[in-house]
Amino acid sequence: MVYARLILMRLFKAVIVLFLIVIFNFLLIQLAPGDPAAILAGQAGAADQEFLNQLRERFGLDQPMYVQLWRYVSGIAMLDFGYSYRLGVPVFDLIMDRLPATLLLTGTAFVLSLVLGIVAGSMAAARVKKPSGSLIMALALVFYATPLFWVALMSVVVFSVYLGWLPAYGLYTVGADYTGFALALDIAKHLVLPATTLALFFMAIYTRMTRTSMLDAAQQDYVKTARAKGLKPSIIQRRHVLRNALLPIITLAGLQAGQMVGGAILTETVFAWPGIGRLMFEALEQRDYNLLLGIFFFSAALVIVFNIITDLVYSLADPRIKKGAS
Amino acid sequence: MKTPLALAISAAALAFTSTTLADDPKPGGTVNTIVQPEPPGLVLGMIQNAPTRTVAGNIYEGLLRYTTDLEPMPQLAESWEVSDDGRTYTFHLRDDVTWHDGEAFTAEDVVFSADVFHRELNPSARAVLQHVESIEATDDHTVVFTLTQPFGPFLLSFEAGTFTMVPEHLYAGTEFRDNEHNDHPIGTGPFKFADWERGTVIELVKNEEYYEDDLPYLDGVNWHVIPDGASRAVAFENGTIDVLPSGTVENFDIPRLAEMDNVCMTEKGHEYFSPFAMLWMNNREGPTADKRFRQAVMYAMDREFARDVLWNGLGKVPLSAFGSNARFQNDDLEPYDHNPERARELLDEMGYDGEEITILPLPYGETWTRWAEAVQQNLREVGINVETQATDVGGWNQRLGDWDYDLAFTYLYQYGDPALGISRTYLSDNIAKGSPWNNVEGYENERVDELFNEAATAFPEEEREKLYREVQEILHEDVPVGWLMELGFPTLYRCDVKNLVTSGVGVNDGFKDAWLDR
Repeated sequence: MVYARLILMRLFKAVIVLFLIVIFNFLLIQLAPGDPAAILAGQAGAADQEFLNQLRERFGLDQPMYVQLWRYVSGIAMLDFGYSYRLGVPVFDLIMDRLPATLLLTGTAFVLSLVLGIVAGSMAAARVKKPSGSLIMALALVFYATPLFWVALMSVVVFSVYLGWLPAYGLYTVGADYTGFALALDIAKHLVLPATTLALFFMAIYTRMTRTSMLDAAQQDYVKTARAKGLKPSIIQRRHVLRNALLPIITLAGLQAGQMVGGAILTETVFAWPGIGRLMFEALEQRDYNLLLGIFFFSAALVIVFNIITDLVYSLADPRIKKGAS
Repeated sequence: MKTPLALAISAAALAFTSTTLADDPKPGGTVNTIVQPEPPGLVLGMIQNAPTRTVAGNIYEGLLRYTTDLEPMPQLAESWEVSDDGRTYTFHLRDDVTWHDGEAFTAEDVVFSADVFHRELNPSARAVLQHVESIEATDDHTVVFTLTQPFGPFLLSFEAGTFTMVPEHLYAGTEFRDNEHNDHPIGTGPFKFADWERGTVIELVKNEEYYEDDLPYLDGVNWHVIPDGASRAVAFENGTIDVLPSGTVENFDIPRLAEMDNVCMTEKGHEYFSPFAMLWMNNREGPTADKRFRQAVMYAMDREFARDVLWNGLGKVPLSAFGSNARFQNDDLEPYDHNPERARELLDEMGYDGEEITILPLPYGETWTRWAEAVQQNLREVGINVETQATDVGGWNQRLGDWDYDLAFTYLYQYGDPALGISRTYLSDNIAKGSPWNNVEGYENERVDELFNEAATAFPEEEREKLYREVQEILHEDVPVGWLMELGFPTLYRCDVKNLVTSGVGVNDGFKDAWLDR
């Protein structure tokens, strides 16, 4: 009951926020120089005024801005995201087409970074003044500080070019026509480099945060009590320290999860991964406003959904929060 | 000066010609190549940008093809005649051609494509069609074009990318841009569209019903989509990719890739486009409005250096406004050599006060950024106060379309004839805000207008030549834009891909004749 009301309230707010986001994005995009018709015409290498006018009329860009805004918002209200200017394909179809690849990549990276980060962080916390603990932290710092694109390129150079272990790019082997298990294995091989690259940064953050937060929790009175009760150290670490240390990690995981749809532009570009991030970047370069706004909308919606989920997970990890909500 | 790399290419090209003569083509095999960036669609005629041409030129065809010397070859038209007054062109079509859906290709398709489809959709075809009075099918396999007056470059206009033949039976009476067949292009070409996994690959397969015996040899061509330049280079290095069409890897990667075993390179296959790099100079305001300033810029630039260092020694430093592949080049003109001393004199003479000007690089990758830096350095050496401003493609379009720039890089195709690709940059009636591809610099000269307009319709060729020589003299003196380089865009490929570049548009229609020696 409490949950239902909480969720309803949040959904109601979410709709309002989404509506504001749609309007804000639409206005923001008007600030970018250049229009899609000029860019399309430019690529043709030859364009007369008639061509430009045809395109502008077709895209509705010849209308005053408030008319364009009204058309767009009323379209969205009916869940009609319009057509991509450049590709002439419904925006919704384009996004759905790319979504699986992106979710596979970001989802794998999410799980990978979260699990490895927490494990590494707990290990580091348990080995505070030992060399092995320092080594974990040093590695985490290196991954945290290294630019993503550099890691990506170097991993390609090492694992694909020199060692030849893993494919350098793409989602699957073009022309191999694998099916079933062979296809899954092929995709998994292609997934290793991009997912690891993407995971490293967040893994480093989770490691550092888990360690700090666990050391913090270990100083609390309830841990002393537990120890005084004579509980085993491993149980204390798991039940009392880690569980209490999880809250900031959940916050961060919620943030990362919200970025799952749009947050992998660099990785997708370097590894030619056919996902949403690339679609968004190309849409931006081409001023393909409808497509860009569509992706913004989906990303925003996903962020809101994950915020709600994060709040629910909080209350699972720490029942005191549920009381606060009611 | 030719660099070792450029020499190596000439040598490779020679070796290449001799081996192809010796071997018999083998059928079979699939070639993996790159298309960059991913094209918006594949219906040529509706879309004419470079990536669309590259892929769809193997699906669609025009009436003619062109050799690397830009001589017309038969394609859908097996022969043609031009009347003595240069106004009537009669094309005799092959009678054994079918569309990929099995329908016969006839003269009606030609009339529909030219008179209806291209007139509505295609700006470059429209520019040619304004000279055409009527297009008639006199029987199923004969088409007669009647011109309002002679138009010299008319025979050069029938290339697949410019004057694509589209199927009347699928497009007539429909809203062309919303036609359901746009997702599955139907042409007459040697390859058929098979599949397009967006963001990954476009697959073409052999057209078994192709009208030329034995052709094509290949079973298919896969066009991979890889958005990152370094990743494309890696894909070629590790053997996934067999052919890197021009412009698909950064210039600084080319020497390294060209030196690999079993890798060949050719500069041929761009004669029809002959991309010409230019420096827009704003003729309307600021120091660039002064002719002497523009001449000074020409003298200040070390164009040989840019070619040798940034373009690996490939390409040519142009003499003037007409490239070497365009006809009627006037080679009596005095070249603008690298002469900083002369540049300083000209600047002194005009009394240049050190006013700051800006330069916009072309937002097409690292080479162009570096080139802008090199030019900036050259200009500073002679005392011009110049700053580089970075933009993205949209911003660059907007700045040029609004004439909001001092100097800006660009490159334009020449299409083999001054009336098709060159005059558009200098004609004063081609000045209009909102497009970065017309007379952007704002140059106005009545005599130049007269000469270009007369030359386009003069007949015969000798008349045209006289007029074009005069116009080049005037342009050479006025320097409406800076002439940077005739770009050399090499195609890299595994040496066992044979007979790849056989026409003036290179890989755009080259897979027709190609075969694999594996």
